Amino acid sequence: MSLGPAEVAKIAHLARLAIREQDVPAYARNLSAILELVEQMNAVDTSGIIPLANPLDMAQRLRADDVIEADQRAHFQAIAPRVEAGLYLVPKVIE
Amino acid sequence: MMEWETVIGLEIHAQLATKSKIFSGASTAYGAEPNTQACTIDLGMPGVLPVLNREAVRMAAVFGLAIGAEIARRSVFARKNYFYPDLPKGYQISQYELPIVQKGQLTIDLDEGVSKVIGITRAHLEEDAGKSLHEDFQGLSGIDLNRAGTPLLEIVSEPDLRSAKEAVAYMKKLHQMVVYLGICDGNMQEGSFRCDANVSVRRKGDPKLGTRAEIKNLNSFRFVERAIEFEIERQIDLIEAGGKVVQETRLYDPDKGETRSMRGKEEANDYRYFPDPDLLPLVLDEEFIATTRASLPELPDTKKQRFISQYGLSSYDAGVLTTSRALSDYYEATVAALGGEPKLCANWVMGDLSAFLNKENREITASPVSPVQLAGLLRRIQDQTISGKIAKDVFEALWAGEGETDAIIEKRGLKQITDNSAIEKVIDDVIAANPEQLAQYRAGKDKLFAFFVGQVMKASKGKANPQQVNDLLAEKLKG
Amino acid sequence: MHDKTIAQLSAGLAAGEFSSEELTRSLLERIEQFNPGLNAFITVTDDVALSQARAADERRRQGQAGPLTGVPIAQKDIFCTDGVRTSCGSRMLDRFIAPYNATVVEKLNAAGMVMLGKTNMDEFAMGSSNENSFYGPVRNPWDLDAVPGGSSGGSAAAVAARLTPAATGTDTGGSIRQPAALCGLTGIKPTYGRVSRWGMIAYASSLDQGGPLARSAEDCALLLGAMAGFDPRDSTSVDRPVPDYVAALDRPLTGLKIGLPKEYFGEGLDGAVARAVAAAIAEYRKLGATVLDISLPNTHLAIPAYYVIAPAECSSNLARFDGVRYGHRCDQPKDLLDLYTRSRAEGFGPEVTRRILVGTFALSAGYYDAYYLKAQQIRRLISNDFQQAFAQVDLIAGPTSPTVAFNLGEKVDDPITMYLSDIYTIAVNLAGLPGLSLPVGFVGQRPVGLQLIGHHFAEECLLNAAHRYQQITDWHTRTPPAFA
Repeated sequence: MSLGPAEVAKIAHLARLAIREQDVPAYARNLSAILELVEQMNAVDTSGIIPLANPLDMAQRLRADDVIEADQRAHFQAIAPRVEAGLYLVPKVIE
Repeated sequence: MMEWETVIGLEIHAQLATKSKIFSGASTAYGAEPNTQACTIDLGMPGVLPVLNREAVRMAAVFGLAIGAEIARRSVFARKNYFYPDLPKGYQISQYELPIVQKGQLTIDLDEGVSKVIGITRAHLEEDAGKSLHEDFQGLSGIDLNRAGTPLLEIVSEPDLRSAKEAVAYMKKLHQMVVYLGICDGNMQEGSFRCDANVSVRRKGDPKLGTRAEIKNLNSFRFVERAIEFEIERQIDLIEAGGKVVQETRLYDPDKGETRSMRGKEEANDYRYFPDPDLLPLVLDEEFIATTRASLPELPDTKKQRFISQYGLSSYDAGVLTTSRALSDYYEATVAALGGEPKLCANWVMGDLSAFLNKENREITASPVSPVQLAGLLRRIQDQTISGKIAKDVFEALWAGEGETDAIIEKRGLKQITDNSAIEKVIDDVIAANPEQLAQYRAGKDKLFAFFVGQVMKASKGKANPQQVNDLLAEKLKG
Repeated sequence: MHDKTIAQLSAGLAAGEFSSEELTRSLLERIEQFNPGLNAFITVTDDVALSQARAADERRRQGQAGPLTGVPIAQKDIFCTDGVRTSCGSRMLDRFIAPYNATVVEKLNAAGMVMLGKTNMDEFAMGSSNENSFYGPVRNPWDLDAVPGGSSGGSAAAVAARLTPAATGTDTGGSIRQPAALCGLTGIKPTYGRVSRWGMIAYASSLDQGGPLARSAEDCALLLGAMAGFDPRDSTSVDRPVPDYVAALDRPLTGLKIGLPKEYFGEGLDGAVARAVAAAIAEYRKLGATVLDISLPNTHLAIPAYYVIAPAECSSNLARFDGVRYGHRCDQPKDLLDLYTRSRAEGFGPEVTRRILVGTFALSAGYYDAYYLKAQQIRRLISNDFQQAFAQVDLIAGPTSPTVAFNLGEKVDDPITMYLSDIYTIAVNLAGLPGLSLPVGFVGQRPVGLQLIGHHFAEECLLNAAHRYQQITDWHTRTPPAFA
């Protein structure tokens, strides 16, 4: 499958990546080449094969319902780009 | 006029009453300072990993078993990918293809004893997002992630509901159920139980569903009713005017009483669900399911039927007494302590006790009068030590903590007068003091009998046994 | 001191020949001297190192020292280190001071190890040459014109140049084994779930696994014993006791069955590399092993499946980098969308951007089945190949990389060619198996690595086989001349 500039722009928007106009053709070319590589998979009939999501055949472990985390807000917010009154600030969220 | 049919399905988010979050050990307590209950996992710090809370799983299974659903022996957590500032990881961990609770049902009661079975498509575990606060921070929004990672059970109904009223009845029944099961505190102001409604209309008889609109985040029964009613009317007006309903997300504005389109969230959502590689399949064995099933309390519908047959209560009384586990427990403890008289107990629990609780805005679990104390009071009515009317005063004293029933009766001298000669003496005094009324009564004005009863009761300070007063008075008034 | 293995340093510390502080100071000096030319470290943590060294010396005085107490190590800059910048090789995290420690860091701290610094790497562990780092490429100590491999290239170069006796790495498609091979080191990627991923910044969660890079199998055994183990904070961590890897090192290899997959010796394998690998196999015969030809028929599908699964997981794992709570935030965002798209575009380099885009596409509506699900099915086939192979053999051996280290800049404009250099390592991650690379010769001045692959949790067997080989050969003791 070959991706054109419009498709790249659409995917970039889904991934929230601002790609400069002049870089789009190169990404389109690279992405198309990668898709061509991965499409080698299509040569194999995989009907009936159960997908493998995790290499070990294990089940989810469960934790006890205990509160073990203390407040570390000051520590965590020391590395935040912008905070005020304990809140993370972002441009206005429009609902 | 064309006839329209409304089709409604509800997605209800019930916050599970765990102590810690679904994937982290941070507290879920409500009302903390912003971001003080958001740990590295809730903040989506680089390198952190989720581990599933056992209690959230148990609660989901309890719900599933209570609605007669199949519990998935293997269910899978998936990531729902989208960007939003209150969603720290850029994805929400939810369940998609394989939810923990599969098809179940709930019976709702409509008017005049009619009931209807509503299908529940599925219920799945997921994490809640944080909150965006729009108070003015120089034109910015503030993000509080305390709620991020709180366990939710999303309960999805079939499109079986046909009116706003049915939708509300279903939502109330579900609310009662999750609170009854102890898996959700049901606090709607705090957002512990909220609802998205999928609403569409179609012409009666049309087998095809109309295009639906999803109304988001309805957090009260009244809003659900109003929002759906508004939305039904909007859609009908739109179609009748030659327009088309578009599939979209709408927000209910309680101030204006209308729904409006959420343009911002509308751009083609592509959530790119895939199994979360940080979590493994949730496998539940037969033993877990059997243990959970055995731990289920008697469910409200079953208990109501039992109250009707065992205690001879009316359907209404049985319904009221089984709205919450605490209330039905209180009631049954009272009956047991008294050793019978289920109707008298019902009247008192639903009457004076409930009125006092309401007045002080107390939960029944915080009642200052215990079932044993209440039964002690009712025993004195039963053995005619006091009348029902005097009992109300004694109840008030019990509530105020003035001691036990017998001590109060003793101290206040409230013991009922059952001695015929004593009552006769009072009657004689009353008759003597009211010659005019006596004459009128004897002339055929039967209504005055009640006047004499009242006077006698008043003169005895309410303590005379009412039945004896009636009998003796009838005798004496005859002359 | 700098040319000693961990085993030798441990003995020297125990014998009081030198203190941890002396050792640490001498290595910090070497880093100061050589790092500018190699660019192996992103951050050098002098203060942390010296205070840990003094604490280790104190612990030794109190008789509480273990075999790793006071021994220096470098941490790949993908492991969160509390109070120390953890950049993951990205501008996105250039100013990210991690607020907590990775489990691996905690465990090595608990063993008394001394952290010298954080090593350079391909951005978010995406790369095979270390040329994708925001902090610039790393040079190979054996030949400064060559790449050290990636993504754990800084770790490999630092150990090879004797700036540190060992370093941690992570391996999603070969990122420990390939740089170990290209720099003449021993490195092991454990079974998926053997080493905790808590605090290890995720690239592709179902493939990522941490492990050590060191000079010898013996050192790797010592380190893995300290790094491995069950972690309740990682749902994919396996609750299974950690064996004594060191105790198993000297077992004889008599009767060991080694399989050579014919697919690992075909087209694309450099002739000189093939000869070095064949010579190593011959040594294994001398050690008593039986060598069998086997087949892993779906090998050619590993790279295609990997470049769906890894990007898909990464597109989601890297969504958290949004400029809101930590990390790079663009200047003066005009609205929320601008904050996201510009912060992320500025924060991520081109290879990370490419993989996020590929992954986003592969998971998007209408393509999920054809790409993601298909790749998971291929993953099953690849895993089945190994299951069948391990019914016949104890170990699988072959080249770690089809060539020796290539030149800086040689493949940088051609992502696909770069991807193909991981052809022998990627399938191991897809199947979650342990894999080890050890040095077995040179082509010119550039080292050749032999890869050993074991069944799940067969780390003991891999380390044992590597150690026995190192007892009768000296490739692992060679030092790059410029750093002797």
